[in-house]
Amino acid sequence: MAEQTTIQEVPGEESEPPAHLHVASATGVDLALRIAGLGGRSYAFVIDWHIRVAAAIAWLGIGSLLLFGDLLPRAGGGAALYGVLLPALAIYVLYHPVLEVAMRGQTPGKRLAGLRIVTLDGRVPTTGALVVRNLLRLVDSLPALYAVGLTSVAATRQAVRIGDIAAGTLLVYDDAHTRPAEAVPNAAAEQAQLAAELLRRWPRLTPAARRELGQRLLASTASADALADADDAELRARLEAVCSAADLPPR
Amino acid sequence: MNSVDCEPSCSGEPPAERATPPASSQPTRAQRRERAWLTERTAAWQRLAADVARLERGRRAPPEVVLGTVQRYPEVAGDLATARRTAASSAAARGLEGIYARLHASLFAPPSHLGHELGRLFRREVPAIVAELQGRILAMALGFFLAAAAGAWLVESYPALARLFASAEMIAGVERGELWTDDLLNILPSSVLSVQIFANNIAVTVAAFCLGTIYGLGTLYIVGLNGLMLGSLVAFTAQHGMHGRLLEFAAAHGFVELSVIFIAAAAGFSIGEAIARPAHRTRTEAFSRAVSRGGKLLLPCALLLVGAGLIEGYVSPDPRFPLWARLAIGIGYWAVMVWVLAGLPLGRRSGSGAAGERQR
Repeated sequence: MAEQTTIQEVPGEESEPPAHLHVASATGVDLALRIAGLGGRSYAFVIDWHIRVAAAIAWLGIGSLLLFGDLLPRAGGGAALYGVLLPALAIYVLYHPVLEVAMRGQTPGKRLAGLRIVTLDGRVPTTGALVVRNLLRLVDSLPALYAVGLTSVAATRQAVRIGDIAAGTLLVYDDAHTRPAEAVPNAAAEQAQLAAELLRRWPRLTPAARRELGQRLLASTASADALADADDAELRARLEAVCSAADLPPR
Repeated sequence: MNSVDCEPSCSGEPPAERATPPASSQPTRAQRRERAWLTERTAAWQRLAADVARLERGRRAPPEVVLGTVQRYPEVAGDLATARRTAASSAAARGLEGIYARLHASLFAPPSHLGHELGRLFRREVPAIVAELQGRILAMALGFFLAAAAGAWLVESYPALARLFASAEMIAGVERGELWTDDLLNILPSSVLSVQIFANNIAVTVAAFCLGTIYGLGTLYIVGLNGLMLGSLVAFTAQHGMHGRLLEFAAAHGFVELSVIFIAAAAGFSIGEAIARPAHRTRTEAFSRAVSRGGKLLLPCALLLVGAGLIEGYVSPDPRFPLWARLAIGIGYWAVMVWVLAGLPLGRRSGSGAAGERQR
């Protein structure tokens, strides 16, 4: 199956976030990946930072206890360095590159935040790209507190830091956790709940507002012409029908 | 579906009369059709989601799952198109978007085999990149030695400037006739010394590479500063007749250590050059290409620095090694470096440059 790798980056509605990365597919149905912004990225980073700091400190504690708490035979001069400090440092430094490679572009923090790293054509990044992305953390963290990275994310349309630009990657929301099987009844239920809510407010609304809101809510269930001709009573009846179809009593 | 906001339109009017429900109190035909479609497809999507999850586990997915999933790719694309048309912002459409994206990522993922990737890196890509950067590597070496000459001249002309490059302790030691490298093994065991040295050198190498993003200035700064320090220290020890001992100390590890720094600096400088002069590419494309290609050199550089660190920890401070042995180790290791960077251990393939080029 041939794959088109033409990349179309289009902004979201009104050119405001959330923007989408549209990737052309051989099926003719483009992929639309929601690009994660500053908030999503920071949220994931904060979770990851806490995990890696906690893991490194835990190793420092366990290693020190084993080595110096007489739980293991006395080791040589380099024991503290090799057994305690280096592994803890390795946990802290290698956390992102190792987990991103092992978890196909995710880390525990990104997974909790519902994010994943993809290439500009929507694929899982290669090991090389993930390593480059992490090498450039050095630049992104300059001069302190990830100032360069944060500025770059805020200033670029795809919300990418320097490491992402270098590696040709970006962070997108992983909507795969929204299970369609569970979502199907919810789609109708959501509409029914809105219809019930509208019916509850119906008496307090002006006829113009009823008409506008009713037409907007029913737009996916009836043609525009049918709705345009519908009077107040018919709109109300249609809304009640939506509620009964979802076994939701109109309030 | 977005929430319906009615507050601005609320008027506080008395309740309107309820209209008699018309005959259409049941779902419309279109609604019934969509619900039937959703119900019918739900089971298929559930199966597909489970299969995609298995596919993502790689080799553990049975062949029939892989083939079945490939065949269902156009099918799920059709379903997604329908879901987008009928309920664009619904949870169902979002979930399908997610499955479609994961399926796409899995089906079109590049083949991944660490052994093959490393083989290709050392056999094709590293030699091609080194050949491409040859001129810049020489330029970095030249810059380093010019800075070293400048450092030596400064300390020779103004001996007090030695304090800028060496600590008070080092200066006092040299004035007593003791080089700071003499007692290294009495302070730290060779193993610890080696780790400290190669960790520090790898950090310098990575910094020389990454700071190239500041239009190459960061790289030039690191190369210049290191050259200046080396030159000034040689000149300072020469004033006390000890430069021979310093150069003897560096003979075993220095060739490779300096060469690797030149290579990383050349890769870093090429990043700055790509940003400043992107040629026919956009600045972003040129930057991405330079980082990606230069970054591939960092793995062999790091491995070579581990070797140099071990030599510096075990051989250089050990007085039992005579000068000829140190030179033999230093030049021999440097030859190994050239051999590795030329891709010869794994059998260099011709046309490697073109292959590397095509990848970007």
